[in-house]
Amino acid sequence: MGDTVLSVKDLVVDIPTRKGVLRPVDRVSFDINEGEVLGVVGESGAGKSMTGNAIIGLLDPPAHIASGEILLKGSPIQNLEKKEMQKIRGFEIGMVFQDPLTSLNPLIPIGEQLSETIRKHLPVDKKTADKRALAALDEVGIPAAASRINNYPHQFSGGMRQRVVIALALCAEPSLVIADEPTTALDVSVQAQIISLLKQLCRERGTAVMLITHDMGVIAEASNRVAVMYAGRLAELGSVEKVLTTPEQPYTQGLMASTPLASEGKKRLNQIPGAMPTLGALPSGCAFHPRCEFAYDKCRVDPYPTLSDCNGRAACWLVTENSEKR
Amino acid sequence: MSALVKITNLTRIFDVSKPWLNRVIERLPVALLKAVSDVSLDISEKTAYALVGESGSGKSTIGKIVVGLQPPTEGSVEIEGVDLAREKDEAVVKKIRSDIQMIFQDPFASLNPRWRVKKIIEEPVKAIGGNTTGVAEKLLELVGLSKDDANKYPHEFSGGQRQRICVARALSSEPKLIVCDEPTSALDVSVQAQVLNLMSDLKDRLGLTYLFISHDLTVVRHMADKIGVLYLGRLVEEAPTEVIFADPQHPYTQMLFDAAPKLDSFGREVDPPKGEIPDPINPPSGCAYHPRCPKVIDLCKSERPELKENKDRRVACHLVQN
Repeated sequence: MGDTVLSVKDLVVDIPTRKGVLRPVDRVSFDINEGEVLGVVGESGAGKSMTGNAIIGLLDPPAHIASGEILLKGSPIQNLEKKEMQKIRGFEIGMVFQDPLTSLNPLIPIGEQLSETIRKHLPVDKKTADKRALAALDEVGIPAAASRINNYPHQFSGGMRQRVVIALALCAEPSLVIADEPTTALDVSVQAQIISLLKQLCRERGTAVMLITHDMGVIAEASNRVAVMYAGRLAELGSVEKVLTTPEQPYTQGLMASTPLASEGKKRLNQIPGAMPTLGALPSGCAFHPRCEFAYDKCRVDPYPTLSDCNGRAACWLVTENSEKR
Repeated sequence: MSALVKITNLTRIFDVSKPWLNRVIERLPVALLKAVSDVSLDISEKTAYALVGESGSGKSTIGKIVVGLQPPTEGSVEIEGVDLAREKDEAVVKKIRSDIQMIFQDPFASLNPRWRVKKIIEEPVKAIGGNTTGVAEKLLELVGLSKDDANKYPHEFSGGQRQRICVARALSSEPKLIVCDEPTSALDVSVQAQVLNLMSDLKDRLGLTYLFISHDLTVVRHMADKIGVLYLGRLVEEAPTEVIFADPQHPYTQMLFDAAPKLDSFGREVDPPKGEIPDPINPPSGCAYHPRCPKVIDLCKSERPELKENKDRRVACHLVQN
């Protein structure tokens, strides 16, 4: 692994409302190294997309970064001026969204969209930019790219569109790509193609990837490390083998147990009782304690455990206690 | 076991042509989309049959024809021996209709936001002129919600709870067959497990029959007794769940199983499947899967393989020997 590309330290995102301040991201810290894929997994409302949007400065007001630091190659990028952020977005950080149809402009041919992005960020003339656009489409595996470069987004299938979006994200050679549910809207066979493409391109260029998804299978296949989020907080962070095979935090354990496996026969799934709390009604202490079968007194009172309070991998008091006993 | 649902040579064709004036002026041909072609299958009573396939494979269309939301173009769907699309006797149609219910994918779109839960659940009972007293309360408790929820509105519930309400509504007319179109794909994993467990409990308790439509093989494995794999409107393989998972024979089924991400496949590097589902308006000649198939032979390009029965499974592939 190379140098640290992105370093997020104690990131807090607040949304002030009439009923008080909601905190969709609470003291989240992680690093992503060069050439590494960090999977961010969680259920809807866990704050994973909010974290991604905070990093590239696309939070919708009134949501804002209340505290914490986001360092891109060592320099802080949180709360930058709009103009400054635009220089970074697309150039230093590429973005792949869930729905490829809404992330492309339907009125402009894809070749033009690509060369526009290239010219915006790199000092090249139109001819070179067009050439680069064509090369980028070839690279993401669009068949007969030369004849399709003047096609509009609606003329492509879902999988091909997502390839165009990936080409768009990578065309200025960013050092970090944030992929927010890049395969959720796609079929399994196309999903496998897109994941392998993303992995291959990033490995070749040493691009760091933050892969946001709710699908544990995608995480297992694509990422090196995984961060599990629950109610805006990091529940567990570690190498993908360790977190998925021997999860330490009870929420991760429940999540793994309730994921149906193709390799096992028909049987009752384990279920976590209840649902994730809404941001307006977070319980005191650990946000997972009302659903946790191991919860005890310490879990119910503030302050809630963070990764650094515990063993650095799982945010759970039990983990610390067990290791002390040992 | 007798067959509750008998689908015979079902075909559904959609006319996707431009308006006739454009066709005349621009000299365009009539464009027909064969969403379902020549599908035959039986669903035995008290079992769960799953239709699997990617988008555009025709699985939802079959579901809609079974519940009678769309008429078949050719072929027939018989439920308890009655063909709803052709039956003339109103009373018989009404009786069979009340035996079929449906659960949809999106629990946020399938509940009327201005109706109280009680009214939503009672609607199917009212439609067949039944007695509604206490029905909603009883069903809410059956699906794991509380009696007091009957007077709430749908927006007061989370996604998983809403899908429970949808299940309760589907159960209220005491149906025999429930068509579930991607019932958990809008839900989170931990909630999905709750709803799937509830559905299989109810199946055992009430003796229900499910037609389960899904693209998620892992979910299907947990729910279904028999699986039918669809590709471009045709059934390419059908077998009991354990058999098909142990030994998928059609190359498309094998590809589907391989492409599904697995939890223990850390850093798996395999060649991803080739190509995408072709245009259903101009399907490939011969076997529709041949342009993507790694084992393709010349015969596949010219001749479409028949669905051949072989012990407990049916496969449509030239390469599979009986």
